[in-house]
Parts: sequence; C-alpha cells; structure tokens
Amino acid sequence: MDRIGEPRVALPSLSRRRFVTGVAAGAALLGIPASASNAVPRANPTPQTLRGNQFDLHVNYQPVNFTGRERTAVATNGSVPGPILRWKEGETVTLNVTNHLAHDTSIHWHGIILPTGMDGVPGLSFNGIRPGETFTYQFELNQSGTYWYHSHSDFQEQQGHYGSIVIDPAEPDPVACDRDYVVMLSDWSDESPHDIYAKLKKEGHYYNRRRRTAGDLWDEIRQKGVAQTWQDRKMWNEMRMSDRDISDVTGYTYTYLMNGQTPDGNWMAQFKRGEKVRLRFINGSAMSIFDIRIPGLKMTVVASDGQNIEPVTVDEFRIGVAETYDVVVEPVDDRAYTLFAQTIDRSGFARGTLTPHPELCAEVPAMDYAPVLTHRDMGMDHSGHNMGGMSGMDHSGHDMGSMSGMDHSGHDMGSMSGMDRSQHAGMQSGNAGQYSLHGGRPELGGMQGVWFTDNLGRAGHGSSSPIVHLPSEYRYGVDMRSEMPGNGLNDPGIGLRDHDTRYGRRVLTYADIRNLTPTLDRREPTRELQLHLTGNMHRYMWSMDGIKFNDAEPLMLKYGERIRITLVNDTMMTHPIHLHGMWSELETGDSEYIPRKHTIIVQPGSKISYLVTADAYGRWAYHCHLLYHMPGMFREVRVV
Amino acid sequence: MNRKTLLALTLAAPLAHAAEESHTHTHSMQDDEHAAHQHMEHGYPAPQEASAPAAPNLRHAPNEPDHVMDHEVLLTKVTIDQLEAREDDGSALEGSVWFGGDKHKAWFKTEVERAEGETEKALSRTTKKELQALYSRAIAPYWDLQMGVRHDFELESDSRNWGVLALNGLAPYFFEVDTSLFVGEDGDTALRLEAEYELLFTQQWILSPEIEVNFFGQNTPETHTGSGLSDIEAGLRLRYEFTPQFAPYIGVNYEKKFGNSADFARDDGEATSETTWVIGLHAWF
Repeated sequence: MDRIGEPRVALPSLSRRRFVTGVAAGAALLGIPASASNAVPRANPTPQTLRGNQFDLHVNYQPVNFTGRERTAVATNGSVPGPILRWKEGETVTLNVTNHLAHDTSIHWHGIILPTGMDGVPGLSFNGIRPGETFTYQFELNQSGTYWYHSHSDFQEQQGHYGSIVIDPAEPDPVACDRDYVVMLSDWSDESPHDIYAKLKKEGHYYNRRRRTAGDLWDEIRQKGVAQTWQDRKMWNEMRMSDRDISDVTGYTYTYLMNGQTPDGNWMAQFKRGEKVRLRFINGSAMSIFDIRIPGLKMTVVASDGQNIEPVTVDEFRIGVAETYDVVVEPVDDRAYTLFAQTIDRSGFARGTLTPHPELCAEVPAMDYAPVLTHRDMGMDHSGHNMGGMSGMDHSGHDMGSMSGMDHSGHDMGSMSGMDRSQHAGMQSGNAGQYSLHGGRPELGGMQGVWFTDNLGRAGHGSSSPIVHLPSEYRYGVDMRSEMPGNGLNDPGIGLRDHDTRYGRRVLTYADIRNLTPTLDRREPTRELQLHLTGNMHRYMWSMDGIKFNDAEPLMLKYGERIRITLVNDTMMTHPIHLHGMWSELETGDSEYIPRKHTIIVQPGSKISYLVTADAYGRWAYHCHLLYHMPGMFREVRVV
Repeated sequence: MNRKTLLALTLAAPLAHAAEESHTHTHSMQDDEHAAHQHMEHGYPAPQEASAPAAPNLRHAPNEPDHVMDHEVLLTKVTIDQLEAREDDGSALEGSVWFGGDKHKAWFKTEVERAEGETEKALSRTTKKELQALYSRAIAPYWDLQMGVRHDFELESDSRNWGVLALNGLAPYFFEVDTSLFVGEDGDTALRLEAEYELLFTQQWILSPEIEVNFFGQNTPETHTGSGLSDIEAGLRLRYEFTPQFAPYIGVNYEKKFGNSADFARDDGEATSETTWVIGLHAWF
C-alpha cells in the first residue's frame, strides 16, 4: 500500500499517452507527492450534491485540466460531472436550465419516465435551449434509484455535460446500507468531439492502437503453420474486417474519469470496517464500455438501471454506456480497496479507492488481456459448440486456431461479405417467418421494419422468430449481417467469457437479472419488432436495418399496446441501446420478475429481446448510446 | 466542416446531391450556432404520407419541434499519399481531396512527377502532371464508383482531356485498389490499375508495397506511350507514423516500360527501366 500526498492533483509532466495506457507509469507515480512538481495545475471543480425539488442549473464553459493541458469543458454549475441531483420519489421537481453557451443545449433525464415535452431531446421533445435562454423542466417522479442526465445536443456529452441523479424511494429502501456513493464513470479527450468524429469518418481504425502486425502473423504461423494460419485469417481478410476492432475510440485519446477524477487523481470514498457501502455505478461515457471489479471484495448487485433487482453476488460486471448498476460491498478488513474500471478493449482504466483512511491506497491491478473477436461475434454462432471459453485466449489470435475444427464453408463467408448477395436472401427467410412491415397495424403505416404477429411465445422468454434481413441491409452502408446470431442473454461479453475459468471471477450476465418485485404489466406481447443494428466500420456509418436516422420513418406504436423488440446485432461492436420514455423490460427467462431497464447491451453478432408497454404518448428517441454511432443508429418512436 | 468548405461545396456542381442528402451542415465551433438554427429541410414524413389510412391521435405526437438534432456531417479529407524527393533531383506528389457525405462525394486526384536534372538515365523528359475531378458514389460496402474528367498538363505538347470511369475501394485481403478507365477526346483509351497494401511491423512502422500498371489502346508518340502494356511502377515505402496523420517515409521506386512505350524510350536514347530511392511524407487531414 502506498501513501500518497495530494491524491487529487494530476502530474502535469506526464504525457497523456503514458498516462492512460501505462499502468506501470501510473502505479509508480502514486508514491510521488504532487508538491514535487512545480507547475501544479488548478484542481478541477468537483460536483456538489443538490437536494430538494427546485433547481437552477447553469450550463457553462469551464476550464478543466485532466491531462496536464488546459481545455474548455461544457460543465453544469461549473463542474464536470455536473452536480449530483438528489430527488425524492413522489415529488414534482422543477429545474430551470440556463444556457450560457454560444450554442444550443439541452438536458435529457436519462431513464426518468416523464412526459415527452420534458424529455429534453431537441427535435423530438422540444426545440432545445437557445443561447442565453432558460428552459424550465417540471415533472413528477414515480420511480426511485440511480439515473443520470446529459446533453442531447451536438456532442456536448463528450465535452463534460453530464451528471448523476439519485432518487430516494418514497417507501423504505429495500437496500440497507451505511454509506452511499455515486461512482460516475466517463471518458475525457483533449480533442474536440467533432475532430474525433471526423477522424473516425476518415479512417475508422484511427484510435485502434492494437491492429494486427507482422509479428502477430509470425507468431501465429509458428504456432499453427502457414496453411492453418492462412485458413484462419481467410475469413477476416475476405470480409476486410479486423478481429482487433473492439472500441472505436480508445485510451489513445481518452483519459478515463471516476467522478471527474483521473486515475492518478484517484477519487476516494471512505468507509469503516464492517459497514455496508452502496456504490451507484453510472457509465456516463461517450464511447467507453467498462468492466468493473474491486479486487478483494465481492459485489452484490442490487439494482440495474435504477430498478431494484434480486441481489446477485459477482466479482465483476460490464457496464455499457448509459447503464447504471448499484452494488453493495461489505469490506471486513481495515484496508483500502481499488475500484477498478477497465475499458472493454483494455486501452485504459478509471480508478478510485475505497478506503478506511484517506492516506491508505490499494494496489492498482494490471489490466486483463485484450480481447480478440471470434466467429461468434460475427453472428456465426454454431449452437452446440460452447465457444464461451474460447474467446480471446491470448494476444496472438490463438483462439482462432482453436476454432478451426469447425467448418466455415465458403458459402457462409460469401453470405457475410455482402458484396454480391441479392435481396432475395432476406426475402426467402422472410417468407418462412410470415412477417409484415407493420405487424397487423396498417393504420400506423408501414415500412418500419420486420414485424411478427404469430408464435410470439410467452412474455419474459424472448423471441423465437426467424432472423430476417431486409433488402435495405444489402447496401453500401452495411458490411456484415449475422446469419446465426446467438442469444446475448447468457453472454458476459467479449473479453469476459473466460474470466470465470481463467481467474475464478464470477461475471454478471443479463441472465442473472430478476426484478425484485413482480412484473407489473402481465400481458403477452401482441406483436414483435425485429430491428437490426447495422453499420460499416470502414465508412464509419451506423444505422438500423441499413437505414440511417435521416432516411428513416418513425416507428409507430399504438398507445397502450405491449410489444416485443428483438434487436439483432449485425455488427461486431457492443451496442448499448436506449429507448426514451418507456421501460425496456428485458426478457431474462422469468415471466414473473421481468427486470426493467432503460439501456440494453446488444452483444456483437447476437440478439436480445425485451418488452415495451407503449404507455407514453409522443415522440421518443431510440438509439445506440455510443455517441458517435448516434447520428445514424437512431430511430424516432412515436406512440399515438 | 468550415465555411471554406461550404463555399467550395456551392461551387462544386456534382455535389448538389451531397448537399441535398445531408440535413445538417456543420459542427465547427464558429458555425454551430448558425447550424443549430438551420431548419431541417425535409422534416419527418408524417405517417399519413407513408400509407393511406391516417394515423389516429396525432395530437399526441404533433410535428412540432422546428429542428432536429444535427446528424450527417459533410467532411473534407485531404490526403497526401506521397510527397517525395527522388534520386537524381526528381520529385513526385500523389494525393487526393474529397468532400461530401457518406454516399456522394466530390473527389479530386492528382499526380505530379518531375525529373529535373535530366541525366542520360532519366526515364523521360516529360513531366507528368495530371488532375482528375470526379463525382464519387458509394455503391457497395467497400467500393465507390467514380466518374469525371482528367486533365493532363503537358509542357511540350498539347494538354489533353480524358473522361474517367473508376472503381475505387478496398478489395478482399485489404488491398486498396483504384482502377480507372480513361477515354480521350479523340477516342484514345487508357487503363490504369493501382493497388496498395499495408503491412504493420508495429503500430507505427508500416511497410507499404504498391503497384501501378498502365495500358493504352493506341500509340501516342508525343507522350511516348505505346499501345498495350505500357509501363509498370512499383514502390516499397516504409513509413513511421508519428500520428496516423503524419508519417515520413523512405523507400524505393521502380519503373519499367514495355512494348511500344519501351521502343519510344529507346528511340530517344532513354533507359526503359529505373530504380530510385525516395524519401517523403505521407499525411492526411
């Protein structure tokens, strides 16, 4: 255990690259008191906690310094993240949001069920907040738990415009704890978000610093021989895809923050031995999915996306962008623990310390191996083969070799390449499935996607409908289609699948989640929408069913109806999908206790199903919460 | 995208589509305000437009807000593939500029080669200067179809114009390919095939072999090009990416003439093949 002087001050001499990627560099610096450095940068303002039901929020520019260089952030009430808003269930809150920026802004209350006009999405809910104007949000709180808020304008979220919300329940909280901390994770870049987006559009792999090299190829040839290596690389080469393409934006530009503190800044939370500590993890990142663990402590997950669940004890869990998880830990030793949040691609981490004394710090663990994508992540799940333990076995792509026993015929590869497949491929499978474009509600319009009305199965048990790729998926904007998507429910996700066998860590999956209280809407779904998440990494285009938001019609729902949405991930990325205004009731296999979420991770090449009760009139946003996927992978949902 | 690009856009006729396609205009700091007040051109199609029976209860979802979130951006990419000095005081520039959206782009390509110090060994005294102005349209996940004009700036003979039809993209096994068919004003034809590969030694040291092959449909003594396979240019460049956008390199360039083109060169007492060391810069922004 190290003793540290002033943990909140980052060392300016440290370059950003070493800072975010170099674990050793970070650990070595823990021992150095910050006073040794001459030019100590001003500490960034930390978020306040605001309580009550009347709030004045000011969106303003704020100089910040996370990397040794001063930059201008978009802050709320002068801090990044913005203030923690502590509300009370049953109350009506009024929030006067004043825009001090030179551009429009907005605040979306992520996960809060409210009228459409209060949802804060420019163009759908309202016209945005113009410079100098104040917009008053007012809504009643009919829920409790951990949520967050962020700008829905431009790319302001990446610039710091986000904060956390905690709603205390009206009834006694079923989760007992002695201490209660918000742990807001986020990603910061000194680059402007517009530059990041432009770079991705011009060179999709710009931020990937783990591309396959000649050395990797040589290692593979030595292990498996030329013929086998050629065979294993063949599909990737023919598809022009990289099995190292995990995150679009990485630690190459990002510094990962925990409650606005860099890893060296080391955010700290105190406890006394024997206390129950509730940690409310929120992923407020623009683009970063985190894997969270606290070496030495079991975590009992008690809530997901603000909703109480049947407690599950795990060692590690993945948190998609915009998700929230509440965990309770009970440290029995008088020692410090590291809150360790490594990114999905292991290009960096956020870090904080849970400690009985401010001087005590725990060791920062090394990041785990970086994952490599497999056939499974392309939607080529051969049921019966357990590939869970085969992903990302090591850095040299060895896992591809271990899968070589399976016969991926040239036909399979052809159908994945998308170059020359005609539209009838989609139509054929469609005939088998008896789908329509409106799901028996022609009065709501058509051309919205693939809707099924027959053989929907029971609520809570997911979809058994056939996979249909619409003709719109066979265009230049789509580089892959999952022919045999696996079920994403039991999948901990890429890079985590073997953590159980490899490290003995129990990793949370969606299949573990049961609502704490019985399902409220016990109706069966009357129609099922199958929507495909699509994209083209080379062109950096994202869409649903191959259609970008600009070209898409709204998805029309009838007020009061209960439907199922099945998302099919036709990409090799992990997409967190967020539906505004209504709960996404994740079908985890138990009709009685269906958990309610607002953001759902769709694993690469997989599908997942959830139920939606259209109980909120109006226009709602429905999109991937990865910020730079949003321009295309976005739909309007209209409840009429 | 900045104002300059917008201006350029208005000047570029082929890009009318792109401007139409894109509902949003800019994300740069100085222009955001302007953009934010731009109203969306098309708005949302009301459901009744899509199907005859009117959607009920539209009062619950009126088309009220007068603008939507900014979405597609028009971008400009300037690529300097090769800016290099060659042995014997030669130099070369190969680059491109595109601007537009996902589907429609205006695309300019240029190749300039100079052999200043004319030694006996020099391949040709003619300096190669060409500019292509193309409309580029995405037709498949990895391919753009491009069409437009090419202008050759000739110093010692008349400048020439060609029509261009090109297929540009990424072939399986990660070969960057540019195939161009040229048709001259007087019915002359030419075909050019270019392919490039990138081999990463590390994330920053990248070896890039490339090859260009030219065919002509006729003999043209003024330009020293003969019908059939005319010439091959092959290069091997090792660059170091200080950033992905800025990478100096060293390499070797090999050129060889064939058939009638070779004969033209021999008649002029020039060599038919040449190998030169090069040093240069690869960059984009």
